[in-house]
Amino acid sequence: MMIDRLKETPSQTAGPYVHIGTAPQSIGRPPLAGQPGPRVEAEGERIVIEGTVFDGAGAPLRDAMLEIWQADNSGRVGANGLFARCLADFDTGRYRFETVRPGPHREGQPAHVALLIFARGINLHLHTRIHFPEDRERVVADPDLRRLEPEARETLIATQEAPGHYRFDIHLQGANETVFFDI
Amino acid sequence: MTRADFYRRDRSQHPVPLSPGYKSTVLRAPLRPLHSVEQSALERSGPALGNTALGPLDHDLIRNAAQGGDALGERIYVFGQVLDENARPVPNALIEIWQANAAGRYAHVKDGYLAPLDPNFSGCGRCVSDGEGRYLFRTIKPGPYPWPNNGSDWRPAHIHLSIFGEAFAQRLVTQLYFEGDPLIPLCPIVNTIPDPAAIDRLVARLDMRNQEPFDCLAYRFDIVLRGRRQTHFETRPEGA
Ligand SMILES: [Fe+3]
Repeated sequence: MMIDRLKETPSQTAGPYVHIGTAPQSIGRPPLAGQPGPRVEAEGERIVIEGTVFDGAGAPLRDAMLEIWQADNSGRVGANGLFARCLADFDTGRYRFETVRPGPHREGQPAHVALLIFARGINLHLHTRIHFPEDRERVVADPDLRRLEPEARETLIATQEAPGHYRFDIHLQGANETVFFDI
Repeated sequence: MTRADFYRRDRSQHPVPLSPGYKSTVLRAPLRPLHSVEQSALERSGPALGNTALGPLDHDLIRNAAQGGDALGERIYVFGQVLDENARPVPNALIEIWQANAAGRYAHVKDGYLAPLDPNFSGCGRCVSDGEGRYLFRTIKPGPYPWPNNGSDWRPAHIHLSIFGEAFAQRLVTQLYFEGDPLIPLCPIVNTIPDPAAIDRLVARLDMRNQEPFDCLAYRFDIVLRGRRQTHFETRPEGA
């Protein structure tokens, strides 16, 4: 039976003052109880993912909000999934998540972290995936990612800077424009 | 059990990413097409932030930052229902809001607008939808404010909202406007949305029946998140 579907509420930009509602501690106010921050507390191998979001002129976004959602260390999602939120640094634009390495995904996909980006000038949040360089072969073979040009696919793989320490920069435009997904 | 996929996002109902009338989009909108992929178990699930233990005044912006007095301004309720595209209520949705004060000034280190701060108002609130998807905030109506875009553009009065439904695919950040505001059609951010009917769905409606007499006006704003595809399995009558 066909029913009339409702239409999704349209998105609007998070704007430059997103901190007030989502991370008041980042503007010197008391934090709200239970509000997610940039550190995940869970069992597993501790890892750091950090980076910068760059605009089309190569300038860092200093007002972005980023959110991650990932499997736990045994690959479980749903109620076991792990979430964190980070506001870019006002001075440098750097973001930094402290989390645990996600376990292997069940669907034959390389382990990844889903990443959302919200900011002034971004009218509808952007959705991308962070993969790990140790999984490069599986990323290349992934049915969803195989269709990408190799250079584009490379934008979805973090760089290891030290053991357990990854860098994942996001380029909104330009030759290295990050691949964003229509999920 | 793997839960059903969500309907594809209908991007005709959303703003155009590159909208030169809103200048910040020019260097921040990706220029390449989005890459379509299957939704994974990650996108079909999400953090259960609706289980967060909220403070008793988190939804009451008139009092939740008070230093001995109520926030100044036009006292309002903002309330409504969170639904999905299948018109099913979404219970346990976390709604976080932020807004300017009655004079149009944000309590934010980066806001330099000359209008005064209100020591009794922080502009930060949150609540969780109940079993029928209903939510309620008490706040003051925010003032319009100027911003440097095309010279001095003015934002209509608005409240920013961030919503978590049951899945990451439903994540939504938006803004609500107020019925009758003459600044709505002049706003470059509003006008990033090409469909006038979609803009209309961001306008909260004055609802006199739900006012608090001699206290608060009421504005109704329903929120629709993406819905899951209906499978034959789900709709098959029991025993069939
Ligand atoms: Fe605003």
